[in-house]
Amino acid sequence: MISVRALEKSYQDLKVLRGVDFEVARGSIFALLGSNGAGKTTVVRILSTLLTADAGSAGVNGFDVATQAARVRESISLTGQFAAVDEILTGRENLALVARLRHLKDPGKIADDLLERFSLTDAGGRRVATYSGGMRRRLDIAMSLIGDPPVIFLDEPTTGLDPEARIEVWQAVRELAARGTTVLLTTQYLDEAEQLADRIAILHEGRIIVNGTLTELKQLLPPAKVEYVEKQPTLEDVFLTLVGKDKR
Amino acid sequence: MTRHFLGDTTALLGRSLRHITRSMDTIITTTVMPIMFMLLFVYVFGGAIESGSDSYVTYLLPGILLITVASGISYTAYRLFLDMQSGIFERFQSMPIARSAVLWAHVLTSLVANLISLVVVVVVALIMGFRSSAGIGAWLGVAGLLVLFTLALTWLAVIPGLTAKTIDGASAFSYPLVFLPFLSSAFVPTDTMPGPVRAFAENQPVTSIVDTIRDLFTQQPVGTGVWVAVAWCVGLLIVAYAFAMTTYRRRIS
Repeated sequence: MISVRALEKSYQDLKVLRGVDFEVARGSIFALLGSNGAGKTTVVRILSTLLTADAGSAGVNGFDVATQAARVRESISLTGQFAAVDEILTGRENLALVARLRHLKDPGKIADDLLERFSLTDAGGRRVATYSGGMRRRLDIAMSLIGDPPVIFLDEPTTGLDPEARIEVWQAVRELAARGTTVLLTTQYLDEAEQLADRIAILHEGRIIVNGTLTELKQLLPPAKVEYVEKQPTLEDVFLTLVGKDKR
Repeated sequence: MTRHFLGDTTALLGRSLRHITRSMDTIITTTVMPIMFMLLFVYVFGGAIESGSDSYVTYLLPGILLITVASGISYTAYRLFLDMQSGIFERFQSMPIARSAVLWAHVLTSLVANLISLVVVVVVALIMGFRSSAGIGAWLGVAGLLVLFTLALTWLAVIPGLTAKTIDGASAFSYPLVFLPFLSSAFVPTDTMPGPVRAFAENQPVTSIVDTIRDLFTQQPVGTGVWVAVAWCVGLLIVAYAFAMTTYRRRIS
């Protein structure tokens, strides 16, 4: 569904990507893991036709990102690192705008359906400027789903979110994959990749250094030792129990 | 993708017009400076200025209208800059739309906002005693020239909107444009200016545009000046558009 071969990209003297290869299977969640500046966003920007690569090739849904950019854009949806929503418009207007730009019939109904699916119906008539971080990100993801694109790029979807909002986003991503959407997720949070991804690739200094399922990655290390440890609740468990929203 | 150009531009125009109607202050603040200039020049300096016309406000208005446009277009740079910063620009660019519709929507919004500001300024001028016996044709001529001037300056504003690093950088470019009418025939006739200043004033675009609008308002024959004014506006429009599109292509590649 997504295939990337020998992708290279430099900014002036800085080599950000030094030959990146990976494949993402249809309907799966693929996590691109890496620290800040590892080149994750650059990969996503090339795949979503916002940036041209210096060398190598990339295909999305069978279309080449360099030569068939328009067809690629019909196949994808991008949710950026910073929630790209219009703050002055209401949530409903944001959704209807995207539906109109995707040339779909009845943008109003599409907007209402998505507001309901993402529990934003009550907030739908309010300006996005009044939304919380989690609501914004949910709206952002809802905007990405309009027109049912077969591939969705989520660039650090939970950066800056509180734990509850993070779990809401995870839930939304799982539902996406369950409906058959191919998801490429970038994240710097290891637990996020562990929770969501079918396959995980680690991007480090412009190259993919490992790529496999969680089980495969775990086998790279010596076998687990059996130790008996008293299980203390983590701060996250405490937080989620106290605010009463543990959905996991 | 171009088959969707009109529909996409309309959808995005609806979006940015909502930005304007929900923050009418951007139109109010656009008109404050030109109105202040008009008050200052008519009621403070005006008595001492030999404009050679019966009503100084009538003499002054064309230049004030150009200042209104020059201060209004900085909001285009500002709005475009915010779109670039927030990531919504990239969201639109990654969608199957006619990509240039994103810029056109901003440009057309600028046109609408500036026309509203211009109407406000003209109404204030009428209250201050501006009178014109110009007919429909002359008014349409004035409107046409102002539309061309607004389009030219707006495409110029697109460049800092796309390239600015800070919000101040995005709007600061308009200050010299606001100042340009002072070095023209907008406030005083050019004959009293010293040689080099006069040479500049008489050969810069503002003078020919101001003179043409003034002639249309006072029903004087516009002569060849109108073609000079139109040529300046169209020339500026073409150059600004070409540079804006080049900047834009560099931004999205």
